[in-house]
Amino acid sequence: MIPAAFEYYRPKDMAGVIALLQEHGDDARVVAGGHSLIPMMKLRMAEVPHLIDLQGIDGLGGITIKDGAVRIGAMTTQHEIITSQALADAAPIMKEAALQIADPQVRYMGTVGGNVANGDPGNDMPGLMQCLDAQFHLTGPDGDRAVAARDFYEAAYMTERADDEVLTAVTFATPVGGHAYEKQKRKIGDYATAAAAVQISKAGGKVATASIAMTNLSDTPIWSQAAGAALLGTDCGEAANKAAVAAMLDDIDPTEDNRGPVAFKRHAAGIVLGRAIARAWSRA
Amino acid sequence: MKDDITREERVAGLKGMGCSRKRVEDARFTQGKGNYVDDIKLPGMLHGDFVRSPYAHARIKSINIDAAMALPGVVAVLTAKDLEPLGLHWMPTLAGDKQMVLADGKVLFQGQEVAFVVASDRYVAADAVELVEVDYEELEVLVDPFKSLQSDVVLREDLVAEDGSIPNGAHGPRKHPNHIFTWEVGEEEATNQVIDNAEVVATEEMYYHRTHPCPLETCGSVASMDKVNGKLTLWGTFQAPHVVRTVASILSGIEEHNIRVVSPDIGGGFGNKVGVYPGYVCSIVASIVTGVPVKWVEDRMENLMSTAFARDYWMKGKISATKEGKITGLHCHVTADHGAFDACADPTKFPAGFMNICTGSYDIPVAYLGVDGVYTNKAPGGVSYRCSFRVTEAVYFIERMIEVLAIELNMDPAKLRSINFIKKEQFPYTAALGWEYDSGDYQTAWDKALAAVDYTGLRAEQAQRVEDFKAGKTRKVMGIGLSFFTEIVGAGPVKNCDILGMGMFDSCEIRIHPTGSAVARLGTISQGQGHATTFAQILATEIGLPADSITIEEGDTDTAPYGLGTYGSRSTPVAGAATAMAGRKIRAKAQMIAAYLLEVHDDDVEFDVDRFVVKGAPERFKTMKDIAYAAYHQAIPGLEPGLEAVSYYDPPNMTYPFGAYVCVMDIDVDTGVPEIRRFYALDDCGTRINPMVIEGQIHGGLTEALAVALGQEIAYDDMGNVKTGTLMDFFLPTAWEVPNYETDFTVTPSPHHPIGAKGVGESPHVGGVPCFSNAVQDAFRPFGNRHTNMPHDHWRIWQTANSLGMHG
Ligand SMILES: Cc1cc2nc3c(=O)[nH]c(=O)nc-3n(C[C@H](O)[C@H](O)[C@H](O)COP(=O)(O)OP(=O)(O)OC[C@H]3O[C@@H](n4cnc5c(N)ncnc54)[C@H](O)[C@@H]3O)c2cc1C
Repeated sequence: MIPAAFEYYRPKDMAGVIALLQEHGDDARVVAGGHSLIPMMKLRMAEVPHLIDLQGIDGLGGITIKDGAVRIGAMTTQHEIITSQALADAAPIMKEAALQIADPQVRYMGTVGGNVANGDPGNDMPGLMQCLDAQFHLTGPDGDRAVAARDFYEAAYMTERADDEVLTAVTFATPVGGHAYEKQKRKIGDYATAAAAVQISKAGGKVATASIAMTNLSDTPIWSQAAGAALLGTDCGEAANKAAVAAMLDDIDPTEDNRGPVAFKRHAAGIVLGRAIARAWSRA
Repeated sequence: MKDDITREERVAGLKGMGCSRKRVEDARFTQGKGNYVDDIKLPGMLHGDFVRSPYAHARIKSINIDAAMALPGVVAVLTAKDLEPLGLHWMPTLAGDKQMVLADGKVLFQGQEVAFVVASDRYVAADAVELVEVDYEELEVLVDPFKSLQSDVVLREDLVAEDGSIPNGAHGPRKHPNHIFTWEVGEEEATNQVIDNAEVVATEEMYYHRTHPCPLETCGSVASMDKVNGKLTLWGTFQAPHVVRTVASILSGIEEHNIRVVSPDIGGGFGNKVGVYPGYVCSIVASIVTGVPVKWVEDRMENLMSTAFARDYWMKGKISATKEGKITGLHCHVTADHGAFDACADPTKFPAGFMNICTGSYDIPVAYLGVDGVYTNKAPGGVSYRCSFRVTEAVYFIERMIEVLAIELNMDPAKLRSINFIKKEQFPYTAALGWEYDSGDYQTAWDKALAAVDYTGLRAEQAQRVEDFKAGKTRKVMGIGLSFFTEIVGAGPVKNCDILGMGMFDSCEIRIHPTGSAVARLGTISQGQGHATTFAQILATEIGLPADSITIEEGDTDTAPYGLGTYGSRSTPVAGAATAMAGRKIRAKAQMIAAYLLEVHDDDVEFDVDRFVVKGAPERFKTMKDIAYAAYHQAIPGLEPGLEAVSYYDPPNMTYPFGAYVCVMDIDVDTGVPEIRRFYALDDCGTRINPMVIEGQIHGGLTEALAVALGQEIAYDDMGNVKTGTLMDFFLPTAWEVPNYETDFTVTPSPHHPIGAKGVGESPHVGGVPCFSNAVQDAFRPFGNRHTNMPHDHWRIWQTANSLGMHG
């Protein structure tokens, strides 16, 4: 549990970060809250000869809600998400999900940027961002670009982000309707056995829009377009709920681990999604 | 002389037995001022770290240390070859086997110690570990004890003779190269006869999975060899420091007076810190070799993977009864997976510990227990995780057999227990498997527990719930977990209890200071139990000086009297008894002094709370404070000056705490998530020294029981890889997962213990595991469940529901 030796940098501006990333290529990584990266380094599963701390960069934090859009700076902690009243009003699913991440100690350190950039299928924010159809804002040597959360994840720990790019913020349109983040886990501080992020809006007693994403049930988060589509135009009753669950089950591909065999995970996924849909609908 | 305070105030002022005195240890622990092994920093100290095997079974073709030695800061890299000339490449285990200190030609479990790197700091040591090149040739892995007993693969080549024959082991004949021992107790033929002819028979097979005590503080040691005066000082996480000193002396050849072993503050032991580990040996050798102090502290993964596990018992039971539910016989066979070396921490004559307490709290006329120990490619150990030797396994076994028999009889399991309890008037009671239970009043405790939870009401509610479930009105089932346990603790009488030939007595030495305060030293060592608080309370009551004026010291072999340490709930039964007996010696001398000072005959004074008074004239007295001063500073004809005493206590018998637990659980059959609605624990630990400390012990033990029953395991895959080597997967419950416990008690003092105390630290774990498990199993009983194995984590509960057709 002792990491290999590394150089530590704490640049004052983004240009400094990018320069270091360019200089050291594969050998450099940024660290935000460090609660995913440092454990990997201690286990020597990640070797990071050059560690670049983002804590000294201005402008990477903060939550802004304006003109129907939400912007969350990459260095915003999960704790800040939980305690922001403005965010709780604009996008309550953020708080509901963040409260189910890890424990208070971890949430004081863990950041939104680190959580979505990490690429660990167990992280809760990526699925949540896909549910909200968020954009990830990246800065690199060639300037800024945005990538949709739904296009960002390629495989476990493999994302669209280039090695010399930094994620600066996530943005998404203020969600409408009802929400639910439902997560089954073995204990406090555990990653999901299965989790579902659901956002549903209602018009004339019927489902107007529905977005559904699942966590830790494949090597990437799974935004199930088909599951959302199965709800559209329905009364979100039992039949629609079942149809959405069935559609979602076609999209996920869980593997067996200490949380259980595939059959159990598929069953649990169906249960958490069914409950999440019912709860989101009740709030829509 | 006049006294202006009442007798009650004098009693209260002592803070003696029976009061919830606040723990004196907490001031330092809650302020981060504890002093643990890793806090010890000595000038010039080096740091050790292990190269460990990634394979569960492999031959070592070569070890190349050149690159590691070339790293600046690396002082030495020890391998078996370096230890061999000292005869220290292997060491004896507590179970009469031997264990490799460093891999000698092959490795037998994942995480096994292969080489020991010594470096200027722990960072360099960790880097050097990566640079040691070990060339392995993988061998077939055996993780299943049943397959191991059939296999041609020989795990322990050192235990097979050259002609291929299998020499006896420490516990007699062995049937197969991978077989360790067969241990039998009771009468097999008579038992079989009774069972074969019984009206009702229930049989069941159950696996008590492998788990780990996982103390907050991992294991470690600091060895310092002073080459000038020839003295070796060893600080370490030792639950039995005196045993470590004796073993270290025998192994190293250093005379015992030249070895000082110190257990500083210990952050939890639960059995994990009873054994002797390669790290201790390597730190000693490294200090001898380098001439400077060497520290070794393992990390969490090393702790979980390589230091002593617990359980791993495959148990097969047969129980017979009359149609009315009177049990007539019990047969138990265990296949015990001991891993690569037999390092079980059991008294020598008991290779399966006190598993023969498996007749439980019931009057069973005839019984048989057979245990076969087996080698596999898993870590060695087999310690008693928060229980006396294998008592948790025994109690789990009988409490499951009772439930299964109740199913067979179609009878309420609470009633079945009542029918079969050993009755109050039967004590002292000799059980079919040999133990003499000292005292008990089971029915009273049981009735109290069932009334407290409204058992009849709970069963009615459960019946309604079953109907609601079948009618599709709910997806939650309800379980009522029962357990009634009898522990056997306080090992033990030297006539049948020893470890490596060391008798399991314990000790206390008291020195009263002239102004009426005292220091008492014991052969035990607290790992969080609060000995400094509670042993002072025993003494306060025995010698009439306030507990606040008595310092308790343990753990330094240069100062503490010899004792066998703390595990198996033995501190209060054995060292607590020694404390009371030493206190009584103090009192006996104090009586003579008082009589002299009061100018009466010895028999004319009597002890009263904190003083001796002249019989019939209570206004004439001498306080213990007065007496202490006089003992030192007044010439008393015929008496030596001073007021000191020592007692070595060899207990006449074990003590037998018992208890009645009830758990009410609601289980979501779709997610497999259990919710503990209620947990009621009634404990009878005899005389209660400090109710608050008892309650703390109960809460902790129940929480560890919850952990084991609901998810905590050391799991291996077929290749012998540990699947649960971090706290992400090894279940340690937090405050969030833990229910609100209701505690209760009855008091049945031990008749042979000087103060009637029986020990309590482990009862809640022993009784708790079957209680949580029975709650899960009971929830599914109405749907056809008979038995499912622990741990009852979400997916296994789900699987039970699934196999019973509850998912449609
Ligand atoms: C005990 C424990 C339990 C946990 N449980 C959960 C849980 O249930 N759910 C959950 O979602 N998470 C969980 N986590 C993870 C936690 O939320 C992490 O903090 C989070 O995933 C990563 O955030 P961080 O700021 O710590 O990232 P870091 O560890 O600093 O970084 C993670 C990775 O992202 C990269 N990175 C960080 N910031 C940026 C950036 N701005 N641009 C580009 N790359 C970046 C780093 O280089 C690194 O590769 C748990 C962690 C612990 C220790």
